[in-house]
Amino acid sequence: MSAAYWRRAMNTGLAAAARPLPLPKAGAVTASTPAPVIDPYEASDAPRWLKFLWRHLAARHVFVFALLLIYPFVATPFFTFQIAAQSLALGLIALSLTFLGGYGGMVSLAQMTIAGIAGYAVSILGVSGASGQAMSLAWPWWVVVPFALVIATTVAALIGWLSVRTEGIYTIMITLAIGVAFYYLVLQNYSVFNGFQGFQKVYPPTVLGIDWRSPVPFYFLVLFWSLAGYLFVKWLVRTPFGIALQGVRDNPRRMAALGFNVTAHRVAAYAVAGLIAAVGGILFTWYNGLISPNSVGTGWLINILVIAVLGGMRHPIGAFLGGIVFVLLQTFAIDVIDRERFNLVIGVVFLAIVLFSPDGLLGLWAKLRSRFGPRQALVSPTPRRQA
Amino acid sequence: MRVNKRFVVRSMVAAAALAVGAFGAGGAFAQGGPIKIGLLATLEGPFAAGGADGMRGAELALMQRGGMAGGRKIEIVKASSNANPDVAVNAVRKLVEQDKVDIMVGPLSGSEGIAVKDYSKTQPNVTFINGGSGAQATTLVNPSPNFFRFNTEGAQWMVGLGKAAWDKGYKRVMVIAEDYAFPYSQVQGFMAEFCRLGGKVPVKAWVPLGGKDYASTIARIPKDVDALLVVLGGADAVNFLNQYEAAGGDKPMMGGSITVSQDVLNYRGKRRDSLVGTISAGPLADAFDGADWKAFVADYKKNFPVDKGGFPSPSLFALVYYTNMKAALDALDAVKGDLSGGQAKYREALSKLELKMPTGTVKLDGNRQAIGTTFVTEVVKDSKGELTTRVLRKVDNVDQTLGIPKDQFKIGSRDEPACP
Repeated sequence: MSAAYWRRAMNTGLAAAARPLPLPKAGAVTASTPAPVIDPYEASDAPRWLKFLWRHLAARHVFVFALLLIYPFVATPFFTFQIAAQSLALGLIALSLTFLGGYGGMVSLAQMTIAGIAGYAVSILGVSGASGQAMSLAWPWWVVVPFALVIATTVAALIGWLSVRTEGIYTIMITLAIGVAFYYLVLQNYSVFNGFQGFQKVYPPTVLGIDWRSPVPFYFLVLFWSLAGYLFVKWLVRTPFGIALQGVRDNPRRMAALGFNVTAHRVAAYAVAGLIAAVGGILFTWYNGLISPNSVGTGWLINILVIAVLGGMRHPIGAFLGGIVFVLLQTFAIDVIDRERFNLVIGVVFLAIVLFSPDGLLGLWAKLRSRFGPRQALVSPTPRRQA
Repeated sequence: MRVNKRFVVRSMVAAAALAVGAFGAGGAFAQGGPIKIGLLATLEGPFAAGGADGMRGAELALMQRGGMAGGRKIEIVKASSNANPDVAVNAVRKLVEQDKVDIMVGPLSGSEGIAVKDYSKTQPNVTFINGGSGAQATTLVNPSPNFFRFNTEGAQWMVGLGKAAWDKGYKRVMVIAEDYAFPYSQVQGFMAEFCRLGGKVPVKAWVPLGGKDYASTIARIPKDVDALLVVLGGADAVNFLNQYEAAGGDKPMMGGSITVSQDVLNYRGKRRDSLVGTISAGPLADAFDGADWKAFVADYKKNFPVDKGGFPSPSLFALVYYTNMKAALDALDAVKGDLSGGQAKYREALSKLELKMPTGTVKLDGNRQAIGTTFVTEVVKDSKGELTTRVLRKVDNVDQTLGIPKDQFKIGSRDEPACP
């Protein structure tokens, strides 16, 4: 592969990334919501949210949503719980990295640490087995969950505040260092984190008479929060804050010159990503039913990055696609090849995807579409009507 | 270039389609014919070598009867974990719910065992038999009616060492052990007997798992102890020996079940000679000269020679996986392959099984936990000047509560038992 080709690929990649949301003109941040060229629903007097849905929902959205709703009733409990619910929970954690990396330009390896902090908070404050050592405070879940979210988000903001002073590879290094430090903290601290053994039997509560850990309810619980996270990110990147954040990603100096507080935007992005990771972390802990130092070890820190890159960092859906592929590989690679070499398959698939499409599965999809489908722009999160 | 790219894209699409087809087909052959046994061991992570040897042990049990049990063909479906409980449960869930195995053998490490036991309660139609895991709580706290363990565990492995230490004249012993469940149980197995005889353990030093610096621990060794009980993994034990030697220490050592490994026997430091006389205990002893044991070792060596990846002699993990797989197959023979009625008959056969093992007879207690044999060994110098072990004593019928009445028995922890 020649250097010229590589340069071209990089340039087109950049152009495509910049295309969906061009930088707002100086000072016009609030007026930047892209107005549709023609709005057929302008005259209708339907409520605002309905008009919003009309404008933004496409057939494929309805189709995918219906599929997600029917899925648990068609699939076996194994596929509902272990494949789908696990993918979505991991996807949600990876989504926080996609948001941070794709829209904020900051690659943090500590997202699993934040998820783990939320998981540990739920285990320590809530109910767990803890080998009968009365280490868990057994507070009710409606106190525990908000507490866990607040703690994790605060820590995320602190991590952000520490690491925004750095750029590129140094951000990766500092967040990796924080992640590894947290791993050793929980591994060697016995009075609070219960050391090597961690916490067992950390299950979601039974609310409204439903056992939220049985496969179908748990699937819907995770699906709800995944959709919420997905829509939240989609919405957030179009708010003035989101637009400014992308401005900071593309040219922090210029944004600073325009009067934006670059550091504050970045720290806020870390906090928001931390909240998403915390929700995912609680769900993932409930999925496993336990948390131990290995859940926040280096392997998992990297896995989250793998999931995000595998799916593609350009669009929030990439995180969930990456999650599905990752979980399928983890589960079934051992059936495909010699039992003792199955990690090779995982590595080769990851390598192949990254090699053929530096933009992950999303990039692959865009390539396929431009080759076989009708001609149109690459990934286009812009409203359909503009196309 | 262009043609090339199109080719690559198309072949990737084709590969994806093939892969989906393969997964789909995998689910189609779920029922009928042979009995499926799921086999889980750690093929990744810190115990990868041990896990692979565990698999060899389990396979050996099946090879010895030509792949048949109870008149039916046995099909093994393997899975791997990395010693993490979450990974182990995911792998077991796949074997049980997706591959539809009838019997499950595994996992390997302690916290995995507890997690799989908890999971087994949600799958009453499948019989779970342990692989190598040795956490006490697995069968002592909330035992699961369909989880069986035919291997003895960490505390049982140390029975006999307390008496051997007392006989050697050790009256006060300091404990140096890693800070998690398995060493807790090992220390308990030693102390239960040692304290009963009148021995004292004034200091217990719990070192973090994976720690490499023992300087602060060495500084805490009191002058008036007679010996050290070192319960560290083999390589860490060598680390400790080096640092203890550098600090000028001279107390004799005793080892846990995984301490006196080949790493330690190959130790080349100045204190090498002082290792002679080091006693330890465990469920197997390479030097045991029972005829059944020799036959087992020969069979292992024949099927898994060193040049094909086998160990020079079957490891602890090979033995425990062999034990559990053999139990699963022997019970299948006893019921002639009949798994009907929610496997009720099969489970009864398992509970009543008197398993003939190369090391002795194993039977189960009321919590479906093994009562078995332990060996006390001592390091000696052979004629060529190499360090090796010899069997000091063989203790039969070791039960899980170490001879203490069940209602008084507490699971070992940092502070339990204590006799300062």
